[in-house]
Amino acid sequence: MSVRRLDPVQPESFKFSATNLKWAREQMKKFPKGRQASAVIPLLWRAQEQHDGWLPEPAIRAVAEMLDMAYIRVYEIATFYTMFNLSPVGKYFVQLCGTTPCWLRGANDLKDVCRRVIGDQQQVTEDGMFSWLEVECLGACTNAPMVQINKDYYEDLTAESFEQLLEDLRAGKEVTLGPQNGRQFSAPEGGATTLLNGTGKAGNSGGAKRKRSGAKTKSATGRGGK
Amino acid sequence: MPKLVIDGTEIEVEDGITLIQACEEAGVEIPRFCYHERLSIAGNCRMCLVEVVGAPKPVASCAMGVNDLRPGRDGEPPEIRTNSETVKKAREGVMEFLLINHPLDCPICDQGGECDLQDQAMAYGVDGSRFVENKRAVEDKNIGPLIKTIMTRCIHCTRCVRFMTEIAGVEELGMTGRGEDVEITTYLEQGMMSEMSGNVIDLCPVGALTSKPYAFAARPWELRKTESIDVMDAVGSNIRVDTRGREVMRILPRNNDDVNEEWISDKTRFVWDGLRTQRLDRPYVRIRGKLKPATWNDAFAAIARKVKGKKGAKLAAIAGDLAGAEDMYALKDLMTRLGCANIDCRQDGALIDPAMGRASYLFNSGLAGVEEADAILLVGCDPRREASVLNARLRRRWRAGTLKVGLIGPEADLTYQHEYIGAGPQTLSSLASGKHAFFKTLKAAKHPMIIVGSGVLARGDGAAILAQAAKLADAAGVVKRGWNGFNVLHHAASRVAGLDIGFLPGKSGLDTAGILKAAKAGKLDALFLLGADEIDMGSLGKTFVVYIGTHGDAGAHRADVILPAAAYTEKSSIYVNTEGRPQMTDRAVFPPGDAREDWAILRALSAELGVPLEYDSLAELRSAMFDDHRHLALIDEIQDGDDLDLKKLGAGSARLGKQPFTRTITDYYLTNPIARASAIMAEVSAMKTGLGKTGTDG
Repeated sequence: MSVRRLDPVQPESFKFSATNLKWAREQMKKFPKGRQASAVIPLLWRAQEQHDGWLPEPAIRAVAEMLDMAYIRVYEIATFYTMFNLSPVGKYFVQLCGTTPCWLRGANDLKDVCRRVIGDQQQVTEDGMFSWLEVECLGACTNAPMVQINKDYYEDLTAESFEQLLEDLRAGKEVTLGPQNGRQFSAPEGGATTLLNGTGKAGNSGGAKRKRSGAKTKSATGRGGK
Repeated sequence: MPKLVIDGTEIEVEDGITLIQACEEAGVEIPRFCYHERLSIAGNCRMCLVEVVGAPKPVASCAMGVNDLRPGRDGEPPEIRTNSETVKKAREGVMEFLLINHPLDCPICDQGGECDLQDQAMAYGVDGSRFVENKRAVEDKNIGPLIKTIMTRCIHCTRCVRFMTEIAGVEELGMTGRGEDVEITTYLEQGMMSEMSGNVIDLCPVGALTSKPYAFAARPWELRKTESIDVMDAVGSNIRVDTRGREVMRILPRNNDDVNEEWISDKTRFVWDGLRTQRLDRPYVRIRGKLKPATWNDAFAAIARKVKGKKGAKLAAIAGDLAGAEDMYALKDLMTRLGCANIDCRQDGALIDPAMGRASYLFNSGLAGVEEADAILLVGCDPRREASVLNARLRRRWRAGTLKVGLIGPEADLTYQHEYIGAGPQTLSSLASGKHAFFKTLKAAKHPMIIVGSGVLARGDGAAILAQAAKLADAAGVVKRGWNGFNVLHHAASRVAGLDIGFLPGKSGLDTAGILKAAKAGKLDALFLLGADEIDMGSLGKTFVVYIGTHGDAGAHRADVILPAAAYTEKSSIYVNTEGRPQMTDRAVFPPGDAREDWAILRALSAELGVPLEYDSLAELRSAMFDDHRHLALIDEIQDGDDLDLKKLGAGSARLGKQPFTRTITDYYLTNPIARASAIMAEVSAMKTGLGKTGTDG
């Protein structure tokens, strides 16, 4: 990680959309009177979602004014938390986990892919499709190595499958969320290894409620537009 | 009252204090960087680690309460060690970490010689480092013309951030980033908009924040230190004047818990360059419309020609905002001997009548009295600009909770919440008649306080306003047994002393307005200005003006004879602050060139005029003055005021005007001749006006 600074190119102004403004006011109501500043992180997050995944300087001021905080206080928060992007990101913002388990399972290969396909960290590709950032553990160590693209996890990657994934995204093809090697969630690779004699079928217990593994989605972006 | 054993000595300490304070009471010094007794506790520098017997790890003594320690197994008091091997090792470890990213640029660092990190590294550190990687470098920030930043030196103690947020009340400094990338900065490197910002220079334990004007000017060990008093406002902040040779190099605060604690305003701190420029260093006499350098004898002769043998009623004298008590006493004496009663120390024309008693023009509760107040009404005063240090105290009281502040006058950002009651005298009178809701607040308060700004007393209806305020004070019970919350806040350092010694129109004498009127009408033969620059020089007509002062300001431009005098750092003089506390300045340097101390000028002049004053030394002058005004001899003591007769004060029949109150101080940085001569003050003033009035302007 490096020093986090505001992007030199900033928009003139920032304004919450009507729906987001309404949402923000509701967030502020969650806190007792005079404690509205507690809503600063949700508001900054929503501002970032609204603004193509990065947080511009006018948004920092706008949030500070909404919450009756000094600009510097909001600025401190925005620079402290790495989840706030202070400069533009690609349409697909790849957060690549480089912490020990992923690293042991080949995160370095994925980084090579990123460098080859996307370029340097925090650089947006010319077509505006991609940018990437190495991050600390995203908590999916069982399915290492993995990346987070916008709001979704892509797990059990290899250099090849990761590159394919990026190409598919660039081409606007449907991609598979979750494990990329056919594995179901974090169940054993290659199918169940225990409880095989009728007491329960593998894969019957967990995933039916949330269609994550194997779900197809057209555009992997879940960003913005709320 | 918990008992502790500190380094083998048992000690009983107060409840609720921290270990570091307990250690101090036991006489044990604990090294620290982030801890400061007037700021909140951060606990992030880790330098104050001590060993608590039984605790698994060293404990940060600044953040550990004495009440939180558990007694030993058999009920014996908790034991703290500050000189054990563990503590030594812990300190060495912390110091090694602190120095990892600290540059080794002490030889070119302005903090060198008075640097906490330097001193503590010598005392508690080791001589080497095991760090072989690259050191971190941080970009310097531009935070205005007063504070120079070398951010690579910063050890992230956050004292400056806490000071600006908690004491100055201007949330401008912050800590951005995280981990190794932490930086102290203002929002987008804006200049700091506080009039207390210079104090972060003193607070910074390293050389990250240093004084910009003083950069590379001197080393602390080559400076001569003189304890003195500030005259930029009427608070009388205690200062230390550091000099080298004949020049004042810098001004620092001294601790006085009753007056300025350990803070001073930026004007106090940075005005020193004004003591060097625009100085009057020789007498001048106006010959055929042009001021020509002259000798003292020529100047005195020129005055004698105009004054000697003239009627006293056709003479006059006005004393300015920076005049010392001795100077005014000598001038009053001289004018009396010349048979003149037209003297006034209120160059702003404030209608204060000392006949009502000393308590009618003092800050009676004392500056420290603010700590007790629970409801405060500000009448036409802006303490942030008129007495910045007092404002910091008001803010602290407000932060402690349950303080209600009401404001009548121009709306201002005071750095604390206040209720805006109204703009002018009408609001005050409706409050006095109990019609406004804030009256109930005042009435219900245990220690109510009214602070009347001296600016409103300078209006044409000043007397009526003071009367209304007294009426309100009477009705709301602001003065009661053991509590006098009726306060006048002056903004001129000389004013209270002037009123005390009676530098006021004598019988059938003219006051400032009368003098100006008479001068315009050509009815005056000669006018003496003792550093008075704030009057309208254009209305002096053709009057012969003698200016006794220090700087080539308005008064000197108009003068016919200029007698160069000594500034507050160049003489020993008594100033009485707004609460009536006499304090004495000391001579740090000699006046420049031919300039002399004011009283000596007046003594010499009196001989020329044939009415010699009866004292040949400052000591003799003082003893004469003390004979007349005993309380001035009690340096740093507030003489118990006479009882304030609010009924009498409130009975005035003068009529209230309708004009709303206006700002007393329009440009905080340019209020007196010294500040106006200062390039630093001009720069800050330009920066703040250039950015427009944003509500945080100072």
